[in-house]
Amino acid sequence: MKLTLRIWRQKGPDDSGKMVEYPLDDVSPDMSFLEMLDVLNEKLILDGEDPIAFDHDCREGICGMCSLVINGTPHGPEKATTTCQLHMRKFKDGEVIDIEPWRAKAFPVVKDLVVDRSAFDRIIEAGGYISAPTGSAPDAHAVPVPKPDADRAFEAAECIGCGACVAACPNGSGMLFTAAKVTHLGLMPQGQPERYDRVVDMIEAHDEAGFGGCTVTGECTVACPKGIPLDTIVRLNRDFLTATAGGKKKS
Amino acid sequence: MVQTSPRAIPALYRSTVGKKSIMAVTGVVLVLYIVLHMVGNLKIFFGPEEIDGYSAWLRTFGEPVLHHEWFLWILRVVLLASVILHITMAVQLTLRAKKARPVRYQHRAKVRGSYAARTMRWGGVIIFFFVIYHVLDLTTGTVNPGYEHGEVYRNVTADFAPERWYVTLFYTLAVVSLGFHLRHGLVSGLQSLGGKSPQKARTLNLAATAFAVVIVAGFLSVPFAVTVGLVD
Amino acid sequence: MSDAAAESGVAGEERAVREANEKAEGIMGMSDSFYKSGEPIADAKAPQVPIEERWNTRKFEAKLVNPANKRKKTVIIIGTGLAGGSAGATLAELGYHVVQFCFQDSPRRAHSIAAQGGINAAKNYRNDGDSVHRLFYDTVKGGDFRARESNVHRLAEISTQIIDQCVAQGVPFAREYGGLLDNRSFGGAQVSRTFYARGQTGQQLLLGAYQALMRQVDAGNVELHPRHEMLDLVMVDGRARGVVVRDLISGEVKTYTGDAVVLASGGYGNVYYLSTNAMGSNVTAIWRAHKHGALFANPCYTQIHPTCIPVSGDHQSKLTLMSESLRNDGRVWVPKERGDARRPSDIPEDERDYYLERIYPAFGNLVPRDIASRAAKNVCDEGRGVGPGGLGVYLDFAGAIERLGLEAVKAKYGNLFDMYERITGENPYETPMRIYPAVHYTMGGLWVDYDLESTIPGMFVIGEANFSDHGANRLGASALMQGLADGYFVLPNTVGDYLARNPLDAVPDSAVQEAEGRVSEQIDRLLSIDGDRTVDSFHRELGHIMWEYCGMERTEEGLRKALDLIPALREEFWRRVKVPGSAADLNQSLEKAGRVADFLELAELMVVDALHRTESCGGHFRAESQDEDGEAKRDDVNFSYVAAWEWAGSGEQPVLHKEALAFEHVKPSQRSYK
Ligand SMILES: Cc1cc2nc3c(=O)[nH]c(=O)nc-3n(C[C@H](O)[C@H](O)[C@H](O)COP(=O)(O)OP(=O)(O)OC[C@H]3O[C@@H](n4cnc5c(N)ncnc54)[C@H](O)[C@@H]3O)c2cc1C
Ligand code: HEM
Ligand code: SF4
Ligand code: F3S
Ligand code: FES
Repeated sequence: MKLTLRIWRQKGPDDSGKMVEYPLDDVSPDMSFLEMLDVLNEKLILDGEDPIAFDHDCREGICGMCSLVINGTPHGPEKATTTCQLHMRKFKDGEVIDIEPWRAKAFPVVKDLVVDRSAFDRIIEAGGYISAPTGSAPDAHAVPVPKPDADRAFEAAECIGCGACVAACPNGSGMLFTAAKVTHLGLMPQGQPERYDRVVDMIEAHDEAGFGGCTVTGECTVACPKGIPLDTIVRLNRDFLTATAGGKKKS
Repeated sequence: MVQTSPRAIPALYRSTVGKKSIMAVTGVVLVLYIVLHMVGNLKIFFGPEEIDGYSAWLRTFGEPVLHHEWFLWILRVVLLASVILHITMAVQLTLRAKKARPVRYQHRAKVRGSYAARTMRWGGVIIFFFVIYHVLDLTTGTVNPGYEHGEVYRNVTADFAPERWYVTLFYTLAVVSLGFHLRHGLVSGLQSLGGKSPQKARTLNLAATAFAVVIVAGFLSVPFAVTVGLVD
Repeated sequence: MSDAAAESGVAGEERAVREANEKAEGIMGMSDSFYKSGEPIADAKAPQVPIEERWNTRKFEAKLVNPANKRKKTVIIIGTGLAGGSAGATLAELGYHVVQFCFQDSPRRAHSIAAQGGINAAKNYRNDGDSVHRLFYDTVKGGDFRARESNVHRLAEISTQIIDQCVAQGVPFAREYGGLLDNRSFGGAQVSRTFYARGQTGQQLLLGAYQALMRQVDAGNVELHPRHEMLDLVMVDGRARGVVVRDLISGEVKTYTGDAVVLASGGYGNVYYLSTNAMGSNVTAIWRAHKHGALFANPCYTQIHPTCIPVSGDHQSKLTLMSESLRNDGRVWVPKERGDARRPSDIPEDERDYYLERIYPAFGNLVPRDIASRAAKNVCDEGRGVGPGGLGVYLDFAGAIERLGLEAVKAKYGNLFDMYERITGENPYETPMRIYPAVHYTMGGLWVDYDLESTIPGMFVIGEANFSDHGANRLGASALMQGLADGYFVLPNTVGDYLARNPLDAVPDSAVQEAEGRVSEQIDRLLSIDGDRTVDSFHRELGHIMWEYCGMERTEEGLRKALDLIPALREEFWRRVKVPGSAADLNQSLEKAGRVADFLELAELMVVDALHRTESCGGHFRAESQDEDGEAKRDDVNFSYVAAWEWAGSGEQPVLHKEALAFEHVKPSQRSYK
């Protein structure tokens, strides 16, 4: 296959950045999208040019590190698929492909296609956990968890923290990510004691990081490679209102 | 039993989730008014007495406990407060969203979510300007040529007379925008308030669409009836 | 892949010659010329009491740090996987000041996240006869009698607490309708002791540890540094006192000092270039510690997983694991004829060779990982492999679909089939899957004693980075167990003992400057070569060498050849590598270059280890040491020891220290799957 890539190049956070065109011949349809970039990078290196920086690690769709906006769509055209699992056979010979980083104030560009997603860590830090110091746990069977709750909690817990939801949201909101964690922990009996403090603290961290507010546009869930459902946001809203207007927040 | 801690309300107001829920609550107030208003408007089909009487009733309701027009003014204050809050929150969230994405995508993909959702802001602005015009038109009569205070039937029929087709057109545009705004607003508002029924997303969407269609049809029936001469 | 294909062809032809030579020379007539022998080494920390009481005794004997002093003690941790994440959270809860690093942008992305199958624990919730002793027994036996009994017993004891801990953290394990935890049997175990969370057990466990860690970050007890790579160790008076790291964003080289250092940097399977590990998995942290005197144990023990998606071309960057459970219903075959290029559907039944069923009638397609892997390699070496480059065998579900129905197969394996289709573009419901073995796990690692302390005082090693619990072969679902046992329960006790016993002075500036100097010097050197080959091209070539000569099947001849090739490649690397860009910002080529430089040294040690161990055991199969049926033949008389290697300098012969292994509770036996 022959392709024309137009890739966002940005030297660093203070550089303004621009799209640069790279023609590429000899792309095998069996390559993954990132392998195609590997091939381009090897060429660039040998030509004495700076290779394109992009994030990736597991290349199995689970670590959440890969993060490319391909033709305007986070993680590219294939549904429920991370960038690293996307293969070139999904593209047509001769196609022009635009590649950009996640764009959000809360995710500043580090270099080229690499962004800083530590804002997500700060949201978790604010309350995305259950306080259970090591060694303090009762026997695992002490508290049964109804299977439907366990299954729904699992569905929310599948979030890989990639940030595609933010990249897709017209408001640049991180609400789907936040809601996935609130839902996961809020559905487990172990998560109840901290449930209402958790949601308020996490939302505060979310807003502080500079994410936009959610107006339930629904683009996030379409882009999410793990299909985190929109009703997690409904749950978050409910818990948040119960905590604030309903006065359930303790501290 | 449940005590609202003193910091809870500021936390609500400060947060993006809280702002959205304020929009939802004020939105609901506005919807209730719109339903009331639409029902009131439909009285026009029963002749001038009905609708003029209704208008008078609005002003005398609650007497003698309330003073003349007090009820109407209470209504207006609530409405105005809702509109102000609603729009303030909308503007704040919009500005926040703009700041949250300082650099735009070079390649903008097709909308994959819902179109109604993506037109909320422009739709709201259209409705806002419409309401200003509309109040000047039918409440104060400032922009309505033969306006007569208290004679609603007369004012409306004069307003949408066939030769003033452009007024009808403008109303149509506004009301259709309102329909879109409500279509998404209802679903989204319910979700913002944490309403249950995630499994029935389809039903919810259908209900909201049906509601929006009824509202649009109900409102538009009046100007169209006048324009085509059914009511004159 | 064309190189490897060519090479494997050559290897196939040379086979006969090689075997003849071996018979003539005799495998024991080996010279010592590639390593030196050193003093034996022993674990002095496990108390001499009955095995069931050892861990409790050790915990009781450990000195405690005064709670008021804990805050003043700094523990540096490299890695945020299951091992590092759980250790960081727990040490911080105890009150220590923790400074922690990972090279990814968030601790949540450590490669533990990719583990699919599950985690073992001797809970005996199924009442099927499981017990701590049985888990202990299975692990020692599964490790082919090359693990230390004390450590394995402790692991089995702790296993139950791990599950309790994770459930309390909200890990959404699979449950049954009654609300209790579900279990499955895994990796050939005869009891159901594997806990799982669909196919994402590692992810869910890691998120639990990550969340506990982030809670401590919020409390100010953990100072977290993502996107930092450890490049050297700071040593003072023979003790580990800190690390030199490079901030991968700013490029700045910085030093952090403390009272103890913990390495939890994961496995080094990427020395083979292609493996199921993440792209960034590396040996750098432990290798640079090794160069300061930490012994490296059993480097040649690697686990090869039989069911991975095969290589599709030269561009291939990593291999994807397909769950082993597929072998329950799929049948493995290749064409009988060499070079049969027909489509699988055009090959009639009687021209297919269901070789596993043929050679191992009792176990058939369910033979253990290493046997299945080796058999696949053998048929491919014979030229009967399928798919690009002839490196693949069929895993056929036609029979299963006919027998169980399409829907049943979909329900069971739908996710895996979808993943396969996404990667290969082939529909496995219609055409047989192609699979091939791939490097998956490294049992070797830095040598540690019962306290998980390396031979450098004050440096502890946990998780896949150490060698401790799996012997020559790891059982499925046991790595997650080990990482969490080390981090949540073992290390926090033993580090405390070290800190209580060893009050330390401040680190002198000279030690810091010396370490930083070494790091900067290497970085400058890499950037200044400006040659004509990319880092990846060297890594790929090294991978070919290792896979070919130090992979599934190892021979003296092949290993000796590798021992020639690797130093030559290393020399070429330092002459011809081209690393673009500068050291002053994000430079992914530079990161890779440093890692590959270390792989080029590690590879040689792996080969030396594999060459010196003339027996076959676990993941190490020496073609010279097999019985008439082609089964691995262990040599307990000569090799019942841990090979702990000392670094003697680049290009110098490493020094072998043996830790003798005693088996008092599990009697060594040979396995058979016929
Ligand atoms: C595909 C796959 C499936 C698996 N499935 C299972 C399974 O089902 N059951 C099971 O028990 N085991 C399984 N394993 C094995 C198991 O996942 C690993 O052995 C285990 O997770 C390793 O954990 P760890 O904490 O030691 O290291 P890792 O999770 O690899 O963490 C390493 C950490 O060290 C950091 N690091 C590394 N080098 C440096 C450096 N130089 N500087 C700074 N930081 C550094 C990394 O950033 C990372 O945080 C599987 C492995 C793979 C690859
Ligand atoms: C299209 C059909 C509509 C008609 C025929 C109509 C008619 C009228 C009339 C006659 C009045 C004056 C009533 C009185 O003074 O007693 C009025 C007032 C008003 N209408 Fe409408 N209206 C229409 C649509 C709308 C819509 C879509 C909205 C809102 C989005 C709206 C909002 C208002 C408001 C806010 C007032 C002022 C109420 C007050 O304060 O007295 N109208 N309308
Ligand atoms: S919710 Fe989905 S898109 Fe957002 S971070 Fe999680 S996995 Fe990624
Ligand atoms: S797209 Fe954005 S507006 Fe809400 S529903 Fe998703 S976060
Ligand atoms: S690289 Fe890990 S999810 Fe894509």
